[in-house]
Amino acid sequence: MPLSGKQFTDLIPQLQSICGKTNVIYHADELRVYECDAYTLEKMPPDAVVLPGNTSEVEAVIKLCRDRNLAIIPRGSGTSLSGGVLAVDGGVVIGLSRMNRILDVDFRNRRALVEAGCINVHVTQAVQSEGYLYAPDPSSQFACTIGGNVATNSGGPHTLKYGVTTNHVLGMEMVLPDGETVWLGTQPGGPEDIDGCDLRGAAIGSEGMFGIVTRVLLRLIKAPQSCKTMLGIFESVDDAASAVSDIIAAGIIPAALEMMDQLIIQAVEEAYKFGFPLDAGAVLIIELDGQTTGLSSLTDQIQDICRNKQAREVRIAASKEERALIWKCRKRAFGAIGRLSPNYLTQDGVVPRSRIPEMMKFIKQTAEKYQLRIPNVFHAGDGNIHPLILFDEKDKDQVKRAIQAGHDILGKCIDFGGSISGEHGIGVEKVDFMSRQFSPEDLEAMMKLRKTFDPDMRCNPDKCFPSASRCIDFTLKKQISA
Amino acid sequence: MSDRVEIDPFLDANQLTACVHCGLCLGACPTYLETGNENDSPRGRLYLMKGFLEQTIALTAKSVSHMDCCLGCRACETACPSGVKYGALLEDTRDHIEAHYKRSWFQWFLRRIVIEKFFPIPTRMKWLLAPAFLIRALKLEGCLPTYFRNALSLIPKKLESAPPLAEITGAVGEAKGKVGFIDGCVMNVMFQKTNYSTVQLLRHMEYDVVTPSSQGCCGALFSHGGNLKQARDSARRNIAAFEKLDLDTIIINAAGCGSTLKEYGHLLSLDPDWQKRAEAFSAKIKDLSEFLMEDDHFEKLKRLQKNEKTSGLDLAGNVTYHDACHLAHPQSITQQPRELIRNFCGDRFVELPESEICCGSAGSYNLTEPEMAGKLQTRKTRNILSTGAKTVITTNPGCLLQIRAGLNQSGNAPLRVGHLADWLWEQIDPTN
Ligand SMILES: Cc1cc2nc3c(=O)[nH]c(=O)nc-3n(C[C@H](O)[C@H](O)[C@H](O)COP(=O)(O)OP(=O)(O)OC[C@H]3O[C@@H](n4cnc5c(N)ncnc54)[C@H](O)[C@@H]3O)c2cc1C
Ligand code: SF4
Ligand code: SF4
Repeated sequence: MPLSGKQFTDLIPQLQSICGKTNVIYHADELRVYECDAYTLEKMPPDAVVLPGNTSEVEAVIKLCRDRNLAIIPRGSGTSLSGGVLAVDGGVVIGLSRMNRILDVDFRNRRALVEAGCINVHVTQAVQSEGYLYAPDPSSQFACTIGGNVATNSGGPHTLKYGVTTNHVLGMEMVLPDGETVWLGTQPGGPEDIDGCDLRGAAIGSEGMFGIVTRVLLRLIKAPQSCKTMLGIFESVDDAASAVSDIIAAGIIPAALEMMDQLIIQAVEEAYKFGFPLDAGAVLIIELDGQTTGLSSLTDQIQDICRNKQAREVRIAASKEERALIWKCRKRAFGAIGRLSPNYLTQDGVVPRSRIPEMMKFIKQTAEKYQLRIPNVFHAGDGNIHPLILFDEKDKDQVKRAIQAGHDILGKCIDFGGSISGEHGIGVEKVDFMSRQFSPEDLEAMMKLRKTFDPDMRCNPDKCFPSASRCIDFTLKKQISA
Repeated sequence: MSDRVEIDPFLDANQLTACVHCGLCLGACPTYLETGNENDSPRGRLYLMKGFLEQTIALTAKSVSHMDCCLGCRACETACPSGVKYGALLEDTRDHIEAHYKRSWFQWFLRRIVIEKFFPIPTRMKWLLAPAFLIRALKLEGCLPTYFRNALSLIPKKLESAPPLAEITGAVGEAKGKVGFIDGCVMNVMFQKTNYSTVQLLRHMEYDVVTPSSQGCCGALFSHGGNLKQARDSARRNIAAFEKLDLDTIIINAAGCGSTLKEYGHLLSLDPDWQKRAEAFSAKIKDLSEFLMEDDHFEKLKRLQKNEKTSGLDLAGNVTYHDACHLAHPQSITQQPRELIRNFCGDRFVELPESEICCGSAGSYNLTEPEMAGKLQTRKTRNILSTGAKTVITTNPGCLLQIRAGLNQSGNAPLRVGHLADWLWEQIDPTN
């Protein structure tokens, strides 16, 4: 509910007295950049953005908003691809960007305590000299925050072997929507196993609807002794996809198994000049890690599998630098799309691995049907597809076609027995699909859990749940006006 | 202002649409890391630029403050997968702001007079330094307002002088070629010794070194400050000065100037008479470290290395390297200086955490935006001290002044801060 003039004028000084004058953003020009995240199809600026510096400031801001019945929206770095931080109906964005410190590293117990606004890659950078790392590595890791990762249960290319965020978060501090601060899960310095039900687990992936995460206790892992990064170059997506199935069927669990199709290869090649063959149908990035001794026989095995599937070539990264460049190409592939098109819409559906070839065929048909280009780059190992639907927001008809193409693809994921989001979250983007994927009973159960944390539904409202009718209206309104 | 020729529209809208709003640049931006405000991030600034262009955001004290706060360090360009040419967009936007936005008298004086009329001209720069040394000699620093005291802290205790450079300095031994040298404006006054070291290194690589006296400021101070007309004039003057010399390579030892010189082609892209000439000139520009890692130069340097045992070099302390933004980002030169340093000090080389984060100097930024500059200076000092190194090496005059002042203020003056050229020249025994 956008604020009236009077409400607004006395809210701002109060927020300023909590967080300091420069840490409250309320001028219309300055709110513009906060009108969306990396999902740009829907836009709405919040009424104000506050940047608290510590947990007690977060608490005070939340209490003020509670007393005034204002929506609160947690925001990390705004790299969400599903409109997770959109202020659908106004409200106060609580940005964690100033709470970005690493508070403590405990190598003996392999833990790090960080503030929620800490940038993901900064954790690994701070511990790598001692031979450790923080495993979840979303492609956005150079910018996204640990708080955002917790809220979306982020994964990354290395999820296949190491698991997602929830497998690496021991506990966290959260300020509930009524202003009370709680610690969920393992306490810093406390034992790993805790009694009672796993509220930590429930809150991870709750897309900012349960409260504001302020501190997180992370698990660190020992960096693998060595690793081998291979590039399999295939004539077609079908061949690459069946190689993926064969690798898994052979009982090998690579650290990462990623696929890029021809359009993406071209964009990435233009950006980073790696030397990918522009005429290849698909490229697989296959990474093995672990003890040096076991790696070479596995490498041979994988090379054989790829060749059996008509791989044109299997290259092995010869140096650390070459490996880094391969990952740079993969991790920055989404962004490199800017070289192909002014806007893109990413889908994040999951299909059983065995259906990848069919899914890719469907995406191709969809692209033809709507006369759009849809490159693909994705986590092939776990069937998490990322078709990137290219469009130009200035062309209204194209926007509509892009949205429709996205809907068709997600619908197909459900038909194939998969799901609509692997890691980017539901946000505002996929609300309409929740009732297709879940039964009314399932949704009601989820809603009950949510209301336990946030009875007034003021914390990141209008996300995730289709019953939030305002949200659907909003989506429709936006789509029609677009 | 009459000496401005504004191009309408002032920005290339297509360049703006290259930004897909992914946010991957946020973590690389020093000002965003400090304030946490997305308006102080590349993504936010691109939004503001779009607003200025479409005239939906006015040039107000608020909106302009976020553009002023940008260091122009271009770390965002390295981070951006979409190839957004942030530096060029920033220069065009700044030019537009300076033409249409009224500054306070103090900022106007600083930008239009001190930075644009004094810094680029060595004789005037010397006038400017004279009162500074006088105040120091009389120990009157304490009477100055904080702003001036901080500005004064940037000026070295003593200027290390060196013999003036001749138009042509002959190679050592038989010359295998001829290279040009750009002696810079700030470098020429404050870092004469570094220029001397650079020329010595080049001579020992067996080149005749040509330093034409008709060259002038590279124009960086103007283009970064929003005066593209003057920047273009500077570019034309330098192109003319070097064109007739028929050189293949022109060496620069200041990172900030290097990136501007390499981009003359873009700066003059709308000037049909000069565009081709500018591109030809830019193609010849090489940073010293880049040049020293080419051909057989590196081998030659190694051969000239002082005998460690008899040299009297201080081999005790570790050495670290700060990436000057304009070398690391627009020029993508990060490995060459490290390899050069490692060659001479081996395991004593330690990486500097956040080496690629700006030290706050950013050309004349530490004068126009002292608050943010101070924050980044403190951050840099903290990181340097965490390495335990005794020597910090970098490749840009602004960084040298800023880092030295930061270490002095923190009470760690004994740490040595030096230019790569000086450090390398010290490691060499000319009689070898
Ligand atoms: C180029 C690109 C590549 C990407 N690759 C991946 C990938 O490989 N894997 C993946 O999982 N995701 C990926 N993403 C999506 C996105 O980066 C992740 O979802 C990330 O975790 C979001 O972090 P953030 O800090 O930007 O959060 P934001 O975008 O600011 O917020 C995301 C959600 O988290 C909530 N939130 C943020 N901070 C908090 C907090 N402190 N407390 C409570 N809730 C909070 C917000 O309300 C919102 O719902 C990618 C995005 C881009 C643009
Ligand atoms: S990384 Fe590039 S494309 Fe992404 S938001 Fe920043 S400038 Fe825009
Ligand atoms: S140039 Fe530097 S300070 Fe300016 S937006 Fe880019 S990264 Fe930030």
